[in-house]
Amino acid sequence: MTVLFIVSLVVALAAVHRPLGDYLYRVVCAERHSRVERGIYRLIGVNPAAEQSWGVYARAVLAFSAVSVLFLYAFLRLQNHLWLSLGFDPVVAHGAWNTAVSFVTNTNWQWYSGESTLGHLVQMAGLAVQNFVSAAVGIAVAVALVRGFARSRAGAVGNFWVDLTRITVRVLLPLSVLAALVLMIGGVVQNLSAGTEITTLTGGDQSITGGPVASQEAIKNLGTNGGGFYNVNSAHPFENPTAWTNWWEIFLLLVIPFSLPRVFGRMVGQVRQGHAIVAVMATLALASVALTTAFEVSGHGTVPQAVGAALEGKEVRFDVSNSATFAAATTLTSTGSVNSFHDSYTALGGGVLLVNMMLGEVAPGGVGAGLYGLLILAVITVFVAGLMVGRTPEYVGKKIGSREIKLASLYFLIPPALVLIGTAAAFATGNHRTALNAGPHGLSEVLYAFTSASNNNGSAFAGLTVNTPWWNTALGLCMLVGRFAPIILVLALAGALARQQPTPASPGTLPTHRPLFVGMVVGVTVVLVALTFLPALALGPLAEGL
Amino acid sequence: MREKDMTVATPHARTPGSPATHGNRGGGLLDPRQLLRSLPDALGKLDPRSLWRNPVMLIVEIGAAFTTVLAVAQPSVFAWAITAWLWLTVVFANLAEAVAEGRGRAQAAALRTARADTVATRLLDWTAGAAPGSYRTESVLAPHLRQGDIVVVEAGETIPGDGDVVDGIASVDESAITGESAPVIRESGGDRSAVTGGTKVLSDRIIVRITQKPGESFIDRMIALVEGANRQKTPNEIALNIMLAALTIIFLLAVVTLQPLAIFSNDFQAAAADSAAITDDGVTGIVLVALLVCLIPTTIGALLSAIGIAGMDRLVQRNVLAMSGRAVEAAGDVNTLLLDKTGTITLGNRQAAEFLAVEGVTAGQVADAAQLSSLADETPEGRSVVVLAKNEFGLREREPGLMPHATFVPFTAQTRMSGVDLTSGDGAPARRIRKGAAAAVMQWVRQHGGHPTEQVGQVVDEISGVGGTPLVVAEHVDGQPARALGVIHLKDVVKAGMRERFDEMRRMGIRTVMITGDNPRTAQAIADEAGVDDFLAEATPEDKLALIRTEQAGGRLVAMTGDGTNDAPALAQADVGVAMNTGTSAAKEAGNMIDLDSDPTKLIEIVEIGKQLLITRGALTTFSIANDIAKYFAIIPAMFAGLYPSLDVLNIMRLSGPESAILSAVIFNAIVIVALIPLALRGVRYRPAAASRLLRRNLLIYGLGGIIVPFLGIKLIDLLIQFVPGIS
Repeated sequence: MTVLFIVSLVVALAAVHRPLGDYLYRVVCAERHSRVERGIYRLIGVNPAAEQSWGVYARAVLAFSAVSVLFLYAFLRLQNHLWLSLGFDPVVAHGAWNTAVSFVTNTNWQWYSGESTLGHLVQMAGLAVQNFVSAAVGIAVAVALVRGFARSRAGAVGNFWVDLTRITVRVLLPLSVLAALVLMIGGVVQNLSAGTEITTLTGGDQSITGGPVASQEAIKNLGTNGGGFYNVNSAHPFENPTAWTNWWEIFLLLVIPFSLPRVFGRMVGQVRQGHAIVAVMATLALASVALTTAFEVSGHGTVPQAVGAALEGKEVRFDVSNSATFAAATTLTSTGSVNSFHDSYTALGGGVLLVNMMLGEVAPGGVGAGLYGLLILAVITVFVAGLMVGRTPEYVGKKIGSREIKLASLYFLIPPALVLIGTAAAFATGNHRTALNAGPHGLSEVLYAFTSASNNNGSAFAGLTVNTPWWNTALGLCMLVGRFAPIILVLALAGALARQQPTPASPGTLPTHRPLFVGMVVGVTVVLVALTFLPALALGPLAEGL
Repeated sequence: MREKDMTVATPHARTPGSPATHGNRGGGLLDPRQLLRSLPDALGKLDPRSLWRNPVMLIVEIGAAFTTVLAVAQPSVFAWAITAWLWLTVVFANLAEAVAEGRGRAQAAALRTARADTVATRLLDWTAGAAPGSYRTESVLAPHLRQGDIVVVEAGETIPGDGDVVDGIASVDESAITGESAPVIRESGGDRSAVTGGTKVLSDRIIVRITQKPGESFIDRMIALVEGANRQKTPNEIALNIMLAALTIIFLLAVVTLQPLAIFSNDFQAAAADSAAITDDGVTGIVLVALLVCLIPTTIGALLSAIGIAGMDRLVQRNVLAMSGRAVEAAGDVNTLLLDKTGTITLGNRQAAEFLAVEGVTAGQVADAAQLSSLADETPEGRSVVVLAKNEFGLREREPGLMPHATFVPFTAQTRMSGVDLTSGDGAPARRIRKGAAAAVMQWVRQHGGHPTEQVGQVVDEISGVGGTPLVVAEHVDGQPARALGVIHLKDVVKAGMRERFDEMRRMGIRTVMITGDNPRTAQAIADEAGVDDFLAEATPEDKLALIRTEQAGGRLVAMTGDGTNDAPALAQADVGVAMNTGTSAAKEAGNMIDLDSDPTKLIEIVEIGKQLLITRGALTTFSIANDIAKYFAIIPAMFAGLYPSLDVLNIMRLSGPESAILSAVIFNAIVIVALIPLALRGVRYRPAAASRLLRRNLLIYGLGGIIVPFLGIKLIDLLIQFVPGIS
């Protein structure tokens, strides 16, 4: 069953990544604007023909995101004055800050439980909108970086407003409608109900909140956002009723990240370069899925051994392997939606989920963010390996000189710095005490929170109370810096690369499409990124699980 | 014959111990005495002000200072052992740099002797063609000479500064800079006019216009270069340094932020006994520093500057002066090599390859006539005709002076032929022989009543068609009509081994373009024979420049050699421009490298040295990073197995104890630097091959090796030091 489940996912992704990648390529490279898009450009006062330098592009990203954060913050603070608030109070200041940042940074870390904190209007017009545009921002930045590789002696890296609009209008909206329809067929609810009062089997009263779940669910996974309508996220039967909706949700969260390398290959004019990137992503992802599943199935401990696997925290309608695959997929894609509770995973299984995020969300990573993260790793690999063939390192024809490596190194420095400093600060200030567990598992809970926030994943290990001013503020900062500092660096790199004239390939050029190179990128990712965290992991999952 | 190997003792005075006297061009052997001699320099480099350029080693030094304080406060064998080895790590790194610099210093000392101040005779009011006496002379010390001064240098005197000969011709001993004892000719005008300060005029008298500014002579620059003074970091070196700094920061963060986590874990396992690694206050400072030093890329950080200095040094050993490290690196990146045909691809001159007779004449007769007509011809072409006739037909060389009846007719540009007139002294009828360009000789035949057959024309065309030069041989015996005897086939002789060289270049992804003044047909034939990828025929300096610009516009880096003043623009435009030392000062100024041997083939070696330099850096970086895996497995269980005994599973090397494990990792980290100094100085072995093959090979050696070697090394050190009291 496990094998069939994973193989069918691989086959489906392999079949879809090509047409979807080609479609995405046509969208971002198209010359013409649709009527809807022209209307939007007129509305926001943008000349769609004007291209932007990397600096202008970056300012546009930042301005757009800053406005989004402020808008969302106000929305959350004022929700009691708006329609469909379901009578909920305004969100507390630190919580509103955290949630505003969380949804704008495509993290979707949720300190609150959705069904008992937020009204339908905030969910739809606030959070769901960000689910679309934050995903579109990620793809736009990735496309700008790819333009840097593809262009020669160019000053511009594209037009942010055009990229944002097109990706939202032509890609995310139609795909989510399709995805939502499929989910509704699968039994996911879609209404504006304020809740249904029912009497349960045991005779108690229960209020079951309905809402626009299917539409949220679709973009939640498709845009690798992860913020669930319900607190228990995709473990909730209204969000994820059956094994096959589970399969569909995993497919949705993987499909765009795995299609984007095709866009890269098409844009640089060498499809095989895209294949190499997909191969790196797939190698890491499959290894991770296999490890998580293996640890969950063969968990230590009395109970897991009695029932044959570690079942605590997992929904019985999805078996262990479907839960493990979802968990691996959601942590590998910076989605952060969950269908089981990562805190209840075996120590080593949970450790793998932690490492998935520590890799920097590149296998395949969030929409857009995964591609640019992996391209940065490829640049670093090329730099180390390229010297070994006796030339100034080049990647798809662009030389990796001191400016390029400076930007790539800084990128590569930021997420680990945030995770490590944040975790150490939690322990140094005593804020780790809100963790449910003591000892290594408690350490994992704290480490997981900062890893998830800094890498914009958003999944929670659970077992940690984060609804305090310190936690909401600190994690909000990690999400903000962890998202936008890398984006600025990526765009600066795009600018530096676009200015360069490509060097034609020759037998003296390092081939970056062969299995050897794929293996090297995997090696660099594991050795340089994961090993940085080994001391911390030793005191958490390793101490607990070995 | 050029003394390429420089084995002849020369006034260059290679000091004993310098690599050249051992004939060891790779310079790989590391003399232990050299390490010892460099030790004072290495200790001097402990000064943080000189270490700040190397952030990785600066961190190690700060760490060593920190552990010293801790060891003084709480002395133990373990603390002092770690402290000592941390200091040694820094010293070893400095030693690598000091050894590399020491090699250059020996060469600089030899050069300084040539710079000894000389007294120059300056001419005032001298103008070209002025008669002696029409100008005044004065004596002035060489360092006081300014640009534009005119000096006269007599036989036996030392030339006081760099300049161009403006009058006269002289033989000059340039061994002070080239190490080559054979004198060279320097004359006014043309491409042989540049002279270098510190070289000696052997015969005759020349008037020189000084072109250098005071203190910026060629020898001054050479000294600065080989000493590595004001050495600028090269672009790749800067980039690599940035990445190493970033890695250092990450590991610094990983180690510093570990402390609160360790304190938390220690509180949780309050029952665990204190150890050398971890107490109630968390991980001890000494162990944290040890972990940090083991994780940051010290190996490459320690050897990086030595690799750069040694790369320049390897060029100097091949008698090439690179004016910047940037040029050496660019040499590794070169995509297109422009090679002059003459001297690089072919031997300097055309040579007779074959005698082709017309009907009714034997090849032997042609050879005999050709030889007779060439006896007085001292040009290389003429000599080759005589030699070929002797080799192929056993015709003895006849001394022109022993032939009283012969009158030799020299070649002139007007007649375009040369020959011999044999008078009828011994009864035979007078006979005249001519050889030369086909058109000229045919006309001569017609003028003397002959009718050259069509066959001659066919042979001439055939030879031209294969890129050769036909010389028609004709004779006119008194009383008979003149007749063409046959044709000498002169051809360019491609140097041995060039085709293989160019095949190698192609495998390395380098395109070779032959530059020649020949017509396209001839050029094509030679290009085919030599195996170059392309050629530029009937090349003018403008064509050359245009070709370089086209290549560069396509994103390719171009390397070329040149010596004439008209090469200067192209040399300046090329990414790697190697000027011949025999060339003009304009050419030498324009290029970014100077080949003291004036050997155009050197360009190929320069490219290889550039590549080797980059490969060495990449290989040691990979090695350094790969080393971390084993160090984690040594240190992490040593630190935390006391708290969580299950972590001892990670101690896969089964090291004897926590102190011993940590100390072994630190010792390995230090020793590996010394062990790799020879490799850093010699450079990684380089064989021309495609990038994919190079990568596979180097990844196997330095990547996989970098993973495995430290496991073995740390285990071995642990086996030894576990017996030290106080360690285990």
